[in-house]
Amino acid sequence: MSAIMKLDGIGMKYQSPQDEITALENITFEVEKGEFISIVGPSGCGKSTLLSVMAGLLPDYSGSVEICGKKVAETAAEIGYMLQSDQLFQWRSVWQNVLLGLEIRRMKTAENMEYAKKLLKTYGLYEFSDKRPSELSGGMRQRAALIRTLAVRPEILLLDEAFSALDYQTRLAVCEDIYSIIKQEQKTAVLVTHDISEAISMSDRVIVLTKRPATVRSIHKISFDLDVRSPMACRETAQFRVYFNDIWRELDVHV
Amino acid sequence: MYMYKENMSLQRKNYLSKRRKNKTLITVCRIGIVLVLFAAWEIAADIGAIDTFITSKPSRMVQTAISLFKTGDLLRHIGVTCLETVVGFLIGTVTGTLTAILLWSSKTLASILEPYLIVLNSLPKIALGPIFIIWIGSGKTAIIVMALTISLIVTVLEVYTAFSCVSEEKIKLIRCFGGSKLDVLLKVVLPSNVPAIVNALKVNVGLSWVGVIVGEFLVSKEGLGYLIVYGSQVFQLDLVMTSTLILAMCATAMYQCVAIAEKRLIKQSNYL
Repeated sequence: MSAIMKLDGIGMKYQSPQDEITALENITFEVEKGEFISIVGPSGCGKSTLLSVMAGLLPDYSGSVEICGKKVAETAAEIGYMLQSDQLFQWRSVWQNVLLGLEIRRMKTAENMEYAKKLLKTYGLYEFSDKRPSELSGGMRQRAALIRTLAVRPEILLLDEAFSALDYQTRLAVCEDIYSIIKQEQKTAVLVTHDISEAISMSDRVIVLTKRPATVRSIHKISFDLDVRSPMACRETAQFRVYFNDIWRELDVHV
Repeated sequence: MYMYKENMSLQRKNYLSKRRKNKTLITVCRIGIVLVLFAAWEIAADIGAIDTFITSKPSRMVQTAISLFKTGDLLRHIGVTCLETVVGFLIGTVTGTLTAILLWSSKTLASILEPYLIVLNSLPKIALGPIFIIWIGSGKTAIIVMALTISLIVTVLEVYTAFSCVSEEKIKLIRCFGGSKLDVLLKVVLPSNVPAIVNALKVNVGLSWVGVIVGEFLVSKEGLGYLIVYGSQVFQLDLVMTSTLILAMCATAMYQCVAIAEKRLIKQSNYL
């Protein structure tokens, strides 16, 4: 496998009139093509900041981010970003929401619209194309948000606590759903989450960050003896508990 | 789903009947208050309990309206006032919204102009009337400027506040797709603030009437404000009362138009 994304010595400082806060310090790792990576760390350590740097949303960082061999300074076309809540626009229908990224990137061609339609059909939302987001369930909304992201054909998906706004049961179902879509579409994904179970069950590798200023504490390679991998199946294995305990110890959480 | 009457439970029938009765009561009371008020006014005037020289009476107001209508003056005065109000209202709302967009697009500009906006908002705009008359002259333009000045600052502040409250996450979503500030404005800020803009329209309707009537009090030779001020100067209370009543009806009609437009727009855009 080849690295699709390289982070080299990423550092980031927030400026305020009172102080300068170092959020990230010397973060270096690579993401392989087709890999699913999760980033976990103590609350407020800078996980989402790191994802924003990877997405090109924060320009004032040190170090370098390379995507497909090119250094990036702003949001790259290869990146698709999913936020904490679905952020579907209530004033648009599901179909219009799905087309949002294509409109902004000036990619609303017949071919891309056909692809978006195909995604809706494949993932069971085509009949809901004309509905408003409020008429969909939480899981369907999240699926629609993922289709909106996939419609611009990104190589890498950045998921920023993408399931944390959902209730626990819906979250388990949506994780299953989103994982299978990402694998089916053969996308590379980086998930930022505070949920260790979610990270282990979905990822090929879990990166543990330290408290602020965040640095990479450890990288855990995750593999399960399963014929067909799914987040739910992973949760039922003995290995899952071992990974969980290892990562939990490293997180150094104090209440 | 529609439920046939024979399939309804007794409880539902009672609920619907109570609701219907309550609605009827409200409508009857609303109309009744006006009728009773006017009837009492008319009777009190007829038996000499009130002096019609200073209060007029409904039958004389109707006669005044009819005679004004016959000479063609009534429609002319209503037309002039409505035109000034609509023009002032539209210019005030459009300019106010555009200014709010400008302030939203530059935080520095918003910070620079903030104290000026506060001063202008606190200042009773009516005080500017004489200045406008001297600068612009005593025509319709001065009255329209008066109306738009009153509604402009309120629109700017209200719409700008609404723009500033747009969810950061929604803005981030647009930026994640590589969207520009213009994309943020067109895809998120404006569509998500349709209710706030329509609300500003509703407030502006009332404010524009205030501006126009005050302007007509000061300079006009036609319009409902002129009729009111002229009537009071020559002690023709019939004219004052009639004009005031017609003014109330026109203002209500315009407010209702905006309210209907609001309902349609918001329902269409599915904000509810």
